Amino acid sequence: MNNTFLNEDILLKVEKPARYIGNEPNMCVKNPDNVEIRIGLCFPDVYEIGMSNIGIQIIYELFNRREDTYCERVFSPWHDLDKIMREKSIPLFTLESQSPVRDMNMLGFSMGYEMCYTNVLQVLDLSGIPLYSKDRSEDDPIIFGGGTCTYNPEPIADFFDFLYIGEAETRYDEVLDLYKKYRHDKRRFLREVSHVDGIYVPSLYSVQYNQDGTIKSFTPKYEDVPSIIKRQVVTDMDSVRFIDKPIVPFIKVTQDRVVLEIMRGCIRGCRFCQAGMIYRPLREHSLEYLKDYAVKMLELTGADEISLSSLSSSDFSRIEELLAFLIDYTSVKKINISLPSLRIDSFSLDVMNKVQDVKKSSLTFAAEAGTQRLRDVINKGITENDILSGSLDAFRGGWNKVKMYFMLGLPTETAEDRDGIGDLCEKIAETYFSIPKEQRVGKVQIQASSSFFVPKPFTPFQWASMFSADEYKNMAGQVKDHIREQLNQKCIKYAWHDPDVSVLEGVFARGDRKLSELIETAYHLGCMYDAWSDSFRPDLWEKAFEICGLSPAFYNRERKLDEILPWDFIDIGVKKEFLIREWNNALNGVITPNCRQQCSGCGARMFEGGVCFENKN
Amino acid sequence: MKIRIKFSKHGNTKYVGHLDIMRYFQKAMRRADIPIRYSEGFSPHQVMSFAAPLGIGIESDSEYLDIEVTDSIDSSEAIKRLNSVMCEGIKIIEWKQLPDNSKTAMSQVASADYFVLCECNDISPLDKAEILVEKETKSGELKQVDIKPMLYSVKKTEGGLLMHVAQGSSGNLKPETVMKALRIDEYHIIRKAIYDISGLTL
Repeated sequence: MNNTFLNEDILLKVEKPARYIGNEPNMCVKNPDNVEIRIGLCFPDVYEIGMSNIGIQIIYELFNRREDTYCERVFSPWHDLDKIMREKSIPLFTLESQSPVRDMNMLGFSMGYEMCYTNVLQVLDLSGIPLYSKDRSEDDPIIFGGGTCTYNPEPIADFFDFLYIGEAETRYDEVLDLYKKYRHDKRRFLREVSHVDGIYVPSLYSVQYNQDGTIKSFTPKYEDVPSIIKRQVVTDMDSVRFIDKPIVPFIKVTQDRVVLEIMRGCIRGCRFCQAGMIYRPLREHSLEYLKDYAVKMLELTGADEISLSSLSSSDFSRIEELLAFLIDYTSVKKINISLPSLRIDSFSLDVMNKVQDVKKSSLTFAAEAGTQRLRDVINKGITENDILSGSLDAFRGGWNKVKMYFMLGLPTETAEDRDGIGDLCEKIAETYFSIPKEQRVGKVQIQASSSFFVPKPFTPFQWASMFSADEYKNMAGQVKDHIREQLNQKCIKYAWHDPDVSVLEGVFARGDRKLSELIETAYHLGCMYDAWSDSFRPDLWEKAFEICGLSPAFYNRERKLDEILPWDFIDIGVKKEFLIREWNNALNGVITPNCRQQCSGCGARMFEGGVCFENKN
Repeated sequence: MKIRIKFSKHGNTKYVGHLDIMRYFQKAMRRADIPIRYSEGFSPHQVMSFAAPLGIGIESDSEYLDIEVTDSIDSSEAIKRLNSVMCEGIKIIEWKQLPDNSKTAMSQVASADYFVLCECNDISPLDKAEILVEKETKSGELKQVDIKPMLYSVKKTEGGLLMHVAQGSSGNLKPETVMKALRIDEYHIIRKAIYDISGLTL
């Protein structure tokens, strides 16, 4: 019979004890004594969020496929257990064998968003592992990381022994083989692993700063250490092996469904979108692969829902055939399909009509900006006509709820653009009232929401400036006031995100190594679970900035084109010259065609796969 | 046709609550490819109901759930298929067909046996004609309740107590409440059996 690391008293005291017991169907069971490498794999957030992450599932399988390795999951204990563990000095443990994290040889973090950084420190701290790489000994596990945030790893560089830049499927075997060879000499291992493509060992680089705080130089300390880290990419998507044993959580997780990754990358080139640049080129799975995978995953998990995952599912070249297959299969098996962000047109409305209850569902338009001028600046290839004609078709088909997503604080944005948000919502309402009364269903509801634009590394907007939280509040206030002036304002609801979070996200997104101290300071002041609005403490972060003598304004200022950016040493494939060209196109309001219309020479062609080679030999 | 499934729940799975166990079995039915019947309507759900929710922290030798299937399967084959998709700690013990007119397990439950692993030398506090225990009502007030009528029997056995208590909608006594009357804080509960009104196991 299995057992738990925590005793019964504690487990019966905390919320959702099943977060901490492991033992779910399909969990990987090995004898830790019979393997050579023990790895803790951590998503630094609570179990329900971590178990919803597809990256964790892929890497878990990848490691456990090796006979010499046992990979076990680690998540952040929720506030209630965190408190008990600190009071009673209970160390953090893995779910599979319920062993102390400290007993692992390596501990890897998958980081999907900047606001998880304090939770990385929580996990290290509760595990009894020194936070800084330089303070750790030969006996401590090797701490490594990967994921979307690591495309600018500098704010967390000092905590990590190495970071993996790119897609996990390609290089980890090499890394683990090297670990076996040099396991008794950490320094040697790190030096050797720095030679593996895509691996960044922060301690092997030195950063010099100018007097104004910008970077003067960023150089490897030794000649054999590469000065540029190349992002690793899977070129043939069908070579990615299926997940053989998908874990089925006991408690309801955020993504309680099979997530079918249909492709990676995006052809669109929206200038604010980091994913659209760092995952280039677009690479599709074959239709046959996806059909097999969908059926197999549904059978292995017993899930009652499947959802497609990609950045823009309508751009998948076989989307109609895939959805036709899934609709057939799932209707027999009584499985739901949850539709991703499909472009609203007659095809998608027809599909939605088949798989959803029209009365309950809503349409979503990510217009991102209120005027055509600004949509051209951000290269968002959606026009007012697309939105209004899509809405009209939908209203005629029985829908009456529309969700509109916008961003505020975009480069070149003016008061007119912000007013455009209210104007566009009003036009949608008027479109609804343009159809004869007897054909209308219910009452039209338009939900507009805005987030604040955060410039991200490796986008054409990486040089753009951000604003202060107060300025953001004023922008949102202006949008709200203008919406209230509309004729049909009663049909329009408006909500906006917390600007304090956006400002901090901006700092981390384009931050440098000086921020490690800030994160550590904020953590010691009590910051944790910053991605959760109830837990986020802007007051403590403000204090941390003060203590460290840093300011958000420095990080969120407009950057000069010739400035050395903290992430310049990473080569994602897309070249800086392209980003500069796109930044200038943005400022001139010039749109750039998508990858299928015309190649813009971004640089991603060097990976020799995907859309760059479609219809070419 | 109606099927009653008996299963046991031990080890770490005692920390999995009732609602999660329902979802667990819904997925297990699909993994084992059991031809379970679905309700009609826009969002069909499996026809499935449980005899009596088991509290978090309690293990059990005999839990029951009722389902309906659209095709007949051999009992041993069904048990084998379900057990091949169970996690450690949950085991299918029985699969039996019920008459079409039989009532749900939930409505049949009348009493249950619990074994409480504990150190207890004196059960005389339970011999009194009235056993008053303080209970919190739904509105949050404390009130005295006599549990004697719902405590059908209790005896000392090796390692603890074996008790037979009222269970179900017409009267429900939790073993924890009995332990409270005995002023014992440390114990471990296992549900041993569930009975209907005539004293037969479900």
